[in-house]
Amino acid sequence: MSAVAPAVEDRRVALREFHPFEAHGARFLYMVPSAGIFRLDDAGGAILDALGSGPRSTRSLVRELAGRFDSERVLETLDELTQIRAVGDVDAPKEQVPRDLPPPGFPLTTMVLNVTNKCNLACTYCYEYGEDKIVDTRYGKQPKFMSEETAEQSVEFLLAESRGQEVAHLTFFGGETLLNFPVLQKAVAYARRRAAEEGKRIEFSLTTNATLLKPEVIEWLADNHIGVTVSIDGPKEVQDGLRVFHNGRGTYDVVLPKIKELLRVHRTRPIGARVTLTQRNMDVLGIFRHLTEEIGFWEVGLAPVTTQDQRAYAITSEGKDDMLRQFEILAEEWLERAVRNEHHGFSNVKDTVEEIHKGVSKAYGCGAGLGLMGVATDGDVALCHRFAGSEEHTIGSVTEGVDREKQGRFLVDHHIAAKTDCHTCWARPICSGGCYHEAHVRYGTSSHANLHYCTWVRSWTHTCLEIYGALAERNPGFLTRFDA
Amino acid sequence: MKHIKAVNQKADRIEAYVAHEAGFGVGHGAPGRGSAANGGGGEPTPPAALGAAGHDDLDVVGLESRPPHEAQGPHFPLGCSLVFSPGWEADSQGGTAGLCQPVERDLFDCHLACFWPAHVPDQLNHAQDWTGKCASAQKDWRKLDLVFP
Repeated sequence: MSAVAPAVEDRRVALREFHPFEAHGARFLYMVPSAGIFRLDDAGGAILDALGSGPRSTRSLVRELAGRFDSERVLETLDELTQIRAVGDVDAPKEQVPRDLPPPGFPLTTMVLNVTNKCNLACTYCYEYGEDKIVDTRYGKQPKFMSEETAEQSVEFLLAESRGQEVAHLTFFGGETLLNFPVLQKAVAYARRRAAEEGKRIEFSLTTNATLLKPEVIEWLADNHIGVTVSIDGPKEVQDGLRVFHNGRGTYDVVLPKIKELLRVHRTRPIGARVTLTQRNMDVLGIFRHLTEEIGFWEVGLAPVTTQDQRAYAITSEGKDDMLRQFEILAEEWLERAVRNEHHGFSNVKDTVEEIHKGVSKAYGCGAGLGLMGVATDGDVALCHRFAGSEEHTIGSVTEGVDREKQGRFLVDHHIAAKTDCHTCWARPICSGGCYHEAHVRYGTSSHANLHYCTWVRSWTHTCLEIYGALAERNPGFLTRFDA
Repeated sequence: MKHIKAVNQKADRIEAYVAHEAGFGVGHGAPGRGSAANGGGGEPTPPAALGAAGHDDLDVVGLESRPPHEAQGPHFPLGCSLVFSPGWEADSQGGTAGLCQPVERDLFDCHLACFWPAHVPDQLNHAQDWTGKCASAQKDWRKLDLVFP
């Protein structure tokens, strides 16, 4: 190798779009928008540092780094950085966000069945009954309970719309799902039979507030391998604050023994807890420890409440910082366990690390209206369960199928290409503008980017990238479990 | 790649794609796009996918999807007529009734992009001073007259 610069094609180069991060002493690039992650060596880092102060010619780059790396190494590394599009010609046009729409016939993988819109609780923050509701669940046109016939039609709809997919997912939701236990049982039996006839498999899950978990219900859930997520907010003082019966009485003492019984009997699927965080319960660590260590949930997922800023329970910006700090502590714990190939139940970090590992680059905030749809009690098909029953967000019905024109309009309006606010954000491959329901509550339209939590999402994504990088350095074998 | 290490699955696919392109030589084509559902990406199509699905399958997908530039059809200048042959000089009947009638804003578009060269008069041989009275097309386009056969 020679330190003298060979005759090289001289071009002016500049940095392109990526997000750099460091983990376990190594430097990485998160490529935007491809979502590929690359580890840099010393020369790669030096090139990017040099270009960080402005574009320059390849010759002057070679000259600048001559004391540390020979020209061949610099040029080879520069070539590789160009190939992955971390570096490019200075006058190369900025890459446009492509408006590639999903091909026709995109299969439905998950359907959420709102088997009832009635609930035996009156949680203050509920998006279905609370101040931010978008459907008149009390006096609206939807029946309170889904009929057996509609449930069966929904199963047929799912089997047809899942097209070539061998496995489809059917999730039951409410209201309080178990209020319609008879239809639930019939729907599962029917779906199993029909799926077998079609040579397919349907996996079932449901969400419940746990108040109606009687022994025979638990036994049925276990026998039928139904995945269960329990909505619960944490220790007694937290749970009883906002998750209350209609008479205002707290629910903790009622649900605790039932949940313990569920965890004892139902061993066929892991049972998770789903926590709604509000300004009144920001002790993330305390909630997490209570739910995993004291009650015994396998996984806990935490999500900030969907609401408008003026509500008393809406999380303030200081609250968001505090939440992030505690999430980071749990993420570090998750990492240490993962390095030892052990389980840790913080599902927020696991889910994001999985997306990072796969290199997911989303055109849409989620699969709603495409791979996931929600069915209202009357059989109307909406973008997702949160919109079930909302006429504005209905895209078909289980009897008449999907209104392709309306779905097409939805897919154009909600595409990342239409969210210009997101086009300069490095976190867009993972966030892609965020939840449509959240956007609807905040901005009055589901197609708006969720600008109120941009900073939070970028911080959290950066943390997860660091966790991912550290895990890739310390125990890459662990990541193969996300390979599927 | 020798110096940069692919870490996640997408990076593996990008690396495989880069190697694949290198194998085909420079100028083989622009990097492909990822699947539409995953389409925020703009990431290259991996050769693994090429191998697994087979080139034929990809061709079918390619034929089924309309190229972006055809979304609004080809561009025709205002007043363009596609049914005559000799263009400005005579229509298919030998007369001038069916000639193309581009307006001022498209005049130079005809010159540059017309698929039928005779749509503007043959200024080399037959109508050398066709634009003689037209110093500025924007102002003087009305002075451009028909050229009779």
